[in-house]
Amino acid sequence: MLERKIRVLVAKPGLDGHDRGAKVIGRALRDAGMEVVYTGLRQTPEQIAATTLQEDVDVLCLSILSGAHNTLFPRVTALLKENDVDDVLVIGGGVIPDEDIPFLKDHGIEAVFTPGTNTEDVVSFIKTNLKR
Amino acid sequence: MESFEQRLAQWDKNVVKSLAKRKERKETFYTTGGHAVNRLYTHKDIAEVDPLQDIGLPGEYPFTRGVQPTMYRGRLWTMRQYAGFATAEESNKRYKYLIEQGSMGLSVAFDLPTQIGFDSDNSLAEGEVGKVGVAIDSLRDMELLFDGIPLNQVSTSMTINAPAAVLLAMYIAVAEKQGVDSKELRGTIQNDILKEYMARGTYIFPPEPSMRLITNIFEYCAEAVPQWNTISISGYHIREAGCTAVQELAFTLADGIAYVEAAIKAGLSVDDFAPRLSFFFNAHNDLFEEVAKYRAARKLWAKIMKERFKAQDPKSMMLKFHTQTAGCSLTAQQPDNNIIRVAIQTLAAVLGGTQSLHTNSRDEAFALPTEASVRIALRTQQIVAYESGVADTVDPMAGSYYVEALTDTMLKQAEEYIARIDELGGAPKAIERGYMQQEIMDSAYRYQKDIEKGERVVVGVNQFRIDEEPPKGLLRVDPEVEVMQKQKLLELKEKRNSPAVATSLEALRIACSSEENLMPYILSAVRAYATLGEICGVMRDEFGEYIGTAIL
Repeated sequence: MLERKIRVLVAKPGLDGHDRGAKVIGRALRDAGMEVVYTGLRQTPEQIAATTLQEDVDVLCLSILSGAHNTLFPRVTALLKENDVDDVLVIGGGVIPDEDIPFLKDHGIEAVFTPGTNTEDVVSFIKTNLKR
Repeated sequence: MESFEQRLAQWDKNVVKSLAKRKERKETFYTTGGHAVNRLYTHKDIAEVDPLQDIGLPGEYPFTRGVQPTMYRGRLWTMRQYAGFATAEESNKRYKYLIEQGSMGLSVAFDLPTQIGFDSDNSLAEGEVGKVGVAIDSLRDMELLFDGIPLNQVSTSMTINAPAAVLLAMYIAVAEKQGVDSKELRGTIQNDILKEYMARGTYIFPPEPSMRLITNIFEYCAEAVPQWNTISISGYHIREAGCTAVQELAFTLADGIAYVEAAIKAGLSVDDFAPRLSFFFNAHNDLFEEVAKYRAARKLWAKIMKERFKAQDPKSMMLKFHTQTAGCSLTAQQPDNNIIRVAIQTLAAVLGGTQSLHTNSRDEAFALPTEASVRIALRTQQIVAYESGVADTVDPMAGSYYVEALTDTMLKQAEEYIARIDELGGAPKAIERGYMQQEIMDSAYRYQKDIEKGERVVVGVNQFRIDEEPPKGLLRVDPEVEVMQKQKLLELKEKRNSPAVATSLEALRIACSSEENLMPYILSAVRAYATLGEICGVMRDEFGEYIGTAIL
């Protein structure tokens, strides 16, 4: 039987329009054999949570470069929790100071990838940390 | 006697022979933008380039060598540091600091809610207030932002696009309060919506009403704010999104063509508005490629204005531009190395004949820059200006076989792109089809893959790495800023004359569905202290909103 492909949602919460990183990661994951859906810009946490459920993804990648990560990332994970979603791997990326990472990890963001990240590191993190 | 050609042929043979013993570092060398670079350039490579027709003289058509005859011997470029964060009061302090340190012009960074036409109390603004720039909700904030800064004595650039008409109106209204005539105001609004759809993402309205707002501004300013640059047609963000130097050049000028066409269609005459068009380019690491890009841009724009649009006034043909060093070239690894990158990029911009320059700070891969980092960035410009000697003669790279050949090649490749975009029906149509977005994305992905394969070296990232501690002392915007902005909005709404606000907004609403110029209506609403969110809200109701494409 064919193995089911890993399904990924790449999402841009907030108002920030910088999606070069999100798109590059999205393409790299696709090249690594995953099925990737990209939300486009300016998604509310509610929209992202709904798309996560609707698309039945295994992984949710959140990207923010505006500094609003501490507000918006935990909002998304809280909404997933409210909807009893506990088997989606949530990771984050963007211009995020190191000192914010422990806070984000406490709020369900399992890894944070910052500028200079090799896309292969993201691929292998996803493969080893999938929850289903 | 041996000719140069014979000698060159012999030299080639000798080199090829020696390569058997000792190879070069790479099979093929490429510029950052992907041009194959020859081992050697000679006058043979620019045999087709005519010294008068193609290169010419500074201040004369086709302006390849610069838009002024004396360039920096007359006056240095404007050192203009882009800044703004938190509240208007906080940003006002940073502007005064920058002026004290020798900055020659202001450049206002607005936060994302402001750029997208939301007030700070909008639920979509949560977490974003004051983060990437200053939060401006009403004329009251704008008054605080420029408090104690006489607007007839500074030139101010504002990075504002979709709501540019509103922020410009606020600036004019602050000037009125200071007793400064709008005819004396100098500065620039970015006002370039096409690259927002293409790469930067802070759009509000669909293309048609957006283009109307832009041409309304052109028309209004030609009379009322004649010294204002009404648009800054920007390649900067397209490059940041990952395209090559040639794509930056081509897509920017294609956007420029679209604005000129829109203005002509709106009934303006080309020489009435074209002299106030300005451009904004990126300065990346590849020194010669960047210099060639700026030179090619000037020459190509001059040609487009003269031949395609039949401009008569030489000022309509001059491409004046602002430059910012490449944010995307900054590394989070060993961030002090960024100072060196910025110095090289500064040199590129200056050798390329820029009219103004923003230099990035070393810590911008982490956060907004600290005061100390901004000072180094500004000092970098001052060292290039006063110590390096490169500003003392006009266009010193001219005549370099390599730079002239590259200028010529880049110009031709940009023309091919523009022809392709013309075939697609012009920039707005091509953007609608996602043509540029796809091209940009392909280049961005290739760039990243090259780094990961080690084909492109980024010092400190994929070579010469060290173990290092995370940086300390980054600038953080206090989350209280959002609370304070909301409080200010509440107070404003209590104090202002509500019927006057309602009347002005209703007048704007009616004007939206007419053919009238919207600027006077926006200005009245601003004067009555209608908020940015209210004014843009009316236009959102009337014009609808643009939904972006999501192309991977």
